[in-house]
Amino acid sequence: MAAPEYPGLDTLALHAGSQPDPATGARATPIYQSASFCFPDSDYAASLFNIERAGHVYSRLSNPTNAVLEERIAALEDGVGAIATASGQAALTLAIMTLMGAGSHIVAAAALYGGSHNLLAYTLPRLGIETTFVDARDPQAFAAAIQDNTRLVFAETVGNPGLDVLNIPEVAAVAHQAGLPLMVDSTFTTPYLIKPFEHGADIIMHSATKFLSGHGIVIGGLLVDGGRFDWDASGKFPTLTEPYAGFHNLVFSEEFGPAAFIQRARKEGLRDFGACMSPTTAFHILQGVETLGIRMHRHVENTRRIVEFLNQHEQVSRVGYPELEGHPDQALASALLPKGCSAVFSFDLVGGREAGIAFVDALNLFSHLANVGDAKSLVIHPASTTHHRMDAAALAAGGIGEGTIRLSIGLEDAKDLIADLKQGLRAAGKVAAKQSVTP
Amino acid sequence: MKITIDDSSVYCYTNSRNIDSSKPSIVFIHGSGMDHTVWTLAARHFARHGNNVIAVDLPGHGRSTGAPLQSIPSMADWLEKVLDALEVEAAAVVGHSLGSLIALDFSARHAKRARALAMVGTIVPMPVSGAILDACKNNDHAAFDMLTQYGLSKRHQYGGNRSSGIWMVGSSLRLYERSQPGALYFDMNACNEYQNGLESASAVECPVLMVLGSEDRLTPVRGTGPLQEAFHQPEVSVIQGAGHTLMMEAPNALLDALHRVL
Repeated sequence: MAAPEYPGLDTLALHAGSQPDPATGARATPIYQSASFCFPDSDYAASLFNIERAGHVYSRLSNPTNAVLEERIAALEDGVGAIATASGQAALTLAIMTLMGAGSHIVAAAALYGGSHNLLAYTLPRLGIETTFVDARDPQAFAAAIQDNTRLVFAETVGNPGLDVLNIPEVAAVAHQAGLPLMVDSTFTTPYLIKPFEHGADIIMHSATKFLSGHGIVIGGLLVDGGRFDWDASGKFPTLTEPYAGFHNLVFSEEFGPAAFIQRARKEGLRDFGACMSPTTAFHILQGVETLGIRMHRHVENTRRIVEFLNQHEQVSRVGYPELEGHPDQALASALLPKGCSAVFSFDLVGGREAGIAFVDALNLFSHLANVGDAKSLVIHPASTTHHRMDAAALAAGGIGEGTIRLSIGLEDAKDLIADLKQGLRAAGKVAAKQSVTP
Repeated sequence: MKITIDDSSVYCYTNSRNIDSSKPSIVFIHGSGMDHTVWTLAARHFARHGNNVIAVDLPGHGRSTGAPLQSIPSMADWLEKVLDALEVEAAAVVGHSLGSLIALDFSARHAKRARALAMVGTIVPMPVSGAILDACKNNDHAAFDMLTQYGLSKRHQYGGNRSSGIWMVGSSLRLYERSQPGALYFDMNACNEYQNGLESASAVECPVLMVLGSEDRLTPVRGTGPLQEAFHQPEVSVIQGAGHTLMMEAPNALLDALHRVL
């Protein structure tokens, strides 16, 4: 008797976590837009509050619509459970607050989304949690930065914006050797491109605003527990292995085993910090997740065509896509990301900051905004927007040139996107030409 | 709570309470390759309702040390030692799958110490396929996959968990993956070799409850007739839509069913 195959990603993306609505038979997951839920009797109520029964009390803690999304993402990632949060930032904060307190330390990759960097570099130190940033491409740098009070190793599966590919197996080994979990932000990759738990990661976070949704109409986050990290053996996580006075001395690892982390995050973090997701938002994200596989396939297909086009263009001095010959992560990307390296990448224009501005202003189809992972193609010129206060030297320190452009490739016809890019490149080329004749 | 039996440390989840001799006691026994955490919700519930709860980790499982035991009678005898160590005179015994056979054998051979018997996800005899036994013997992950997939109803392969955000397939796999190498094989083999369950059933004197999942593919309802007939007027509760992993698939319905004898 062989084990039946598990359902595939596209099937889970449509079905995991949902059943026809028991009350109405509705096939689509209904939006349970209710702050609270009735108890049939007092004992039932007491049993819900005391974690004896499964069910919903108050939508800050759990909600039937959110529960479908949470279970679906946990299924797609092959974890034990997930929590939907108000944003990706909320997911990151929830994870950190669940694992540590003042006096703790995090080792994080330097190549991070700006919001994550702000939290780690500026906000958490006020609460007594310090972070050491290291080169995402150097697993030994992670090892060297670990201190006695380190409680988490954190990085993105592919870094923002340079697409540094994280060597998850090696960094996970470094973390585990020190009795620490590895958390990865898989927003750019989604479970379609990589399943980080299969490579050794322990916790995954997503900004669901991006590829998971695709439509760019909501803000949301997901925190997923892989269930393999042994909190008791580590001995460094009293929030999970020692009695919690805030819940009648519940010891999460004792009562919930592999789900200790995600249960503590819900029972304490959602309850106390309150960064929950709206059920309507969960519904919108579910609509996106249903087509995750076919969308990501098209995102990557379009990206490859555009990368190829840009890589051969005379106005482009560099394209940072890990599948390209000569990219420092090409071999690693081939091993870990065979289905593609996301649909967000950056490239450098000849002509610097002015060329970058001209390029962006000349585009019609690409939307000029600060987001990624939309079904529509997006563009931003960091030197004139997100990083406009930085001079050339400061930009270079962050791996960004004055002519660096970040693209998020959408689902339009690739030929139309290329035609739009040609317009931008012509405009950038005129600026560059003027610069070259200026004495 | 940790106690020592046969020079090995035995873990019993008691909801962080000491055993109170004035209260009735309930013992919960997990299934093959699992541990006490499968009973967390039920144990918390019956603890709040005035019972001593004792959710054991069998030897070589969960937080208990020592070598896994290799037969149902040896596990039942071990359970009696646990009650001795805890100074519990009699208890209701609740078991799932492998645990249900241990509870049955204990209730038959140590009748004075069993005040009620609840068999969850059960059948007697409980034959195990050669393919599963081989995979268990080889510590092959395919054993975890087979038991997870056949353990959940077909519907629950896709989730629909009443416990928010918890993916049942992943939870089941992680529990099996945590098991000590060899433990699952000894457990499954003990189930397979336990041949005198029907005689044990006919010897049980205490109230009996069988809780079955209508979609159980490992211990299907249709095969439980002989066991139902062997008991003296058992209570039988069939939970619609649930498979073998009832604590995960139907925690609330299971609690309600257990109240019939606890």
